Amino acid sequence: MQDLIVIGGGPAGLAAAYAAYRKGLRDILIVERDRELGGILNQCIHNGFGLHRFKEELTGPEYADRFIRMLSDTNVHVMLDTMVLGITQGREVRVISAARGYETLSAKSIVLAMGCRERTRGAIAIPGDRPAGIFTAGTAQRYLNMEGYMVGRRVVILGSGDIGLIMARRMTLEGAKVLACVELMPYSGGLMRNIVQCLQDWDIPLYLSHTITNIVATEGRVSHVTVQKLGENNAPLAGSEIEFDCDTVLLSVGLIPENELTRDAGIRIDPRTNGAIVYENMETSAPGVFACGNVVHVHDLVDYVSAESERAGAAAAQYVLAGGPEGAADQPERATVELVNGDGIGYTVPQKIRVENVAKAADLFFRVRRLYGESVVEVTDGDAVIAAYRRSQMAPGEMEHILLTKAQLDRITGNTVTVTAKEA
Amino acid sequence: MADLVCIVCPKGCRLHVDEENGDAVTGNACPRGAEYARAETRRPTRVMTSTVRLTGGRYCRCPIKTDAPVPKGKIMDIMEQLNGVELQAPVTIGQVVIPNVADTGANIVVTRNL
Repeated sequence: MQDLIVIGGGPAGLAAAYAAYRKGLRDILIVERDRELGGILNQCIHNGFGLHRFKEELTGPEYADRFIRMLSDTNVHVMLDTMVLGITQGREVRVISAARGYETLSAKSIVLAMGCRERTRGAIAIPGDRPAGIFTAGTAQRYLNMEGYMVGRRVVILGSGDIGLIMARRMTLEGAKVLACVELMPYSGGLMRNIVQCLQDWDIPLYLSHTITNIVATEGRVSHVTVQKLGENNAPLAGSEIEFDCDTVLLSVGLIPENELTRDAGIRIDPRTNGAIVYENMETSAPGVFACGNVVHVHDLVDYVSAESERAGAAAAQYVLAGGPEGAADQPERATVELVNGDGIGYTVPQKIRVENVAKAADLFFRVRRLYGESVVEVTDGDAVIAAYRRSQMAPGEMEHILLTKAQLDRITGNTVTVTAKEA
Repeated sequence: MADLVCIVCPKGCRLHVDEENGDAVTGNACPRGAEYARAETRRPTRVMTSTVRLTGGRYCRCPIKTDAPVPKGKIMDIMEQLNGVELQAPVTIGQVVIPNVADTGANIVVTRNL
């Protein structure tokens, strides 16, 4: 019986395992399906990671290496090349690997850190031919940065998520011509800094409120796409067609938290995040099962993934050290405050706070549903404003973070509070 | 007068540089933002990342970066130089691949142990 099994050895799993170790757990196992640790960071060769966590600007592989080195000084055990097939609320973990075959492991606590995967063409239904030359941006990134394949020469990017923007610059550096980045929404899905350094630096036009309405193939490969402006209800406007001769389409149209294990275990999922519903300490609806990183909600910054995952790992350690399921059964039922999304709020993580569990302050992450200028975010309990935060601007592409202090939380009298964004 | 978006960190501050007024910077949340805005209006620089060929390793490409920002105008020259580089595994983080690349004062260094 392990104290803790961490599922996934990317940034979330590494940080959770390390934090649990620091809190005193000693039988910790990370199960990773790839043949190496680090997850998606290994293909993110660009810089900009670690400004919060390490106060320096690192590349993805360097950021991963920091955590891998920290773990190498511990006795945290790692199973590579091992796929988790299922978990139970009784904290059994069924795994399979070429080296060891099928095994059933068990643990006093579990941290879910499976990350997310990319939305594909199938999820967005682009009309036209179905030829070679259409990649998700992250797949192209792995081909180019790790496997050494150039995926195309004349590229149109659909979606303005960060990976798509990063790939616009990367393909340009490698000699491709990136003709356009096309975004369905009237604003970018990626960080403003990536619009500047990946598109504007290289004179790549960004078409907002546009989409690809046709893909044409010649001899089995993309040869042409049509882009159109969108009118009301996102209907393509006749006469707005822009034609591009290209051999490659990269899709950067969103990420989906990878929660098959979570769902199969009967853990409650929030339809807004497609991740587990979590409490203030990242515990899911299954006691002793925690979740963190992109499997809970898609982050913009790995630094925030690390911070969140350290909280999850520390909470798993606390759960085990307090006696695990038996210890939890002795605890009195804690009052729970549910966070309700008011105007303009897309989701919050956590979705629930047990006020008595909060030592100093609870971290609250959220995304807004549209662009905001000078604005204020309010946390209200009925008519009472519990906390208010000013922002000079907010965008759906940029995750927001606020802290609710213990003193503020103690003022909540009901069992729900509402988070609202409004223009100041 | 120049308006720019800071790229030093993901916060993305909207910066304003007043050239009439000794390049006074406003809108920055930290000193690095002011530094970035002045550099960006006079001599824009970027840390550049890419990959080079690798033999004998787990992968055939090794990620690299410039260990300091380099002038934007030199990035394509540096890419050109990287085409001729071939590393032999093992390589370690920080290992210098090209010293003082394109006379920028920055070194090309390895960013992954392979």
